[in-house]
Amino acid sequence: MKFLKFLLLGILFGIIMTKAEIISWFRIYEMFRFESFHMYGIIGSAIALGVLYVQIIKRFNIKSIDGFDIDFPPKASGFIRYFLGGTIFGLGWAVTGACPGPMFVLLGNGFLTVFIMILGSVLGTFIYGLFRDKLPH
Amino acid sequence: MEFIYNPWPWYVAGPIISLIMLFLILFGKTFGMSSNLRTMCSALGAEKFSDFFKFDWKAQIWNLVVVLGAIIGGYIAYNFMIIDYSVDLNPNTIAHLKLLGIENAGSTYMPDELFGLSVLKTWKGWFFLLFGGILIGFGTRYAGGCTSGHAISGLSNLQLPSLIAVVGFFFGGLVMTHFILPMILSNWFLI
Repeated sequence: MKFLKFLLLGILFGIIMTKAEIISWFRIYEMFRFESFHMYGIIGSAIALGVLYVQIIKRFNIKSIDGFDIDFPPKASGFIRYFLGGTIFGLGWAVTGACPGPMFVLLGNGFLTVFIMILGSVLGTFIYGLFRDKLPH
Repeated sequence: MEFIYNPWPWYVAGPIISLIMLFLILFGKTFGMSSNLRTMCSALGAEKFSDFFKFDWKAQIWNLVVVLGAIIGGYIAYNFMIIDYSVDLNPNTIAHLKLLGIENAGSTYMPDELFGLSVLKTWKGWFFLLFGGILIGFGTRYAGGCTSGHAISGLSNLQLPSLIAVVGFFFGGLVMTHFILPMILSNWFLI
């Protein structure tokens, strides 16, 4: 049952995304109109605590549960891919109100039309794979 | 019990999300949801079309299990942890959406005009969902991550590329929300 812990973390993720209304299209729309602190509070506090956890792990050389060193591979440097790719994702995020995690949670909430969105996102990933060598990175 | 059924505030949600990331790190993994889309492509045989999909996708099954859990968690929360399935939006947001033709904003999680089953009767409904998904899939893979991979994991590790990506997320999101979406919605009921 080595996958059980991942299933439980996923369930917790689905519950928190639903209960804090993060999966709501309206919440994302409201966020991009700067009419609520809710989403900024969530993302901001998650990052602030995340920075703290990563620093503690690095400072005290904490090992993974399997006893291995935890390394944080740096992201490859670059600008175009991050800004252009980020912008394209941002357009999709604002129009669908969903990210690659929440769209699956929406499926669990019973929004069956979201399945088409998920198919689209797999297709979009496939299109990127086809044209990757021709894109500026 | 009241706490279970009411919407959870940001100061509960944010810390729990960071704990999910922490546990994944301690399990020797990383918190990143969009990678699953690439894994799904490979599992479906996309390696025949691009080397980008030639990787040991079976080593990523743990992340697909997280996705399965996310669906189950969404089901549990929707069916057993919510009584009032409405969103307490800013009145300005509600008024603005009404101008664009979205009625009763916040009475449920998603606008019925865009996500209800009836949209499947029109080509624009299919196009909206499919094209929105394509932007998400293409953009996240081009940028190498999404909200979890870049905004949460990347910024927690103080990565400059992640900061550039997050600036891009918001640039794209603001352009869509303030310029493109109002155009789409105000014409939505005409086409």
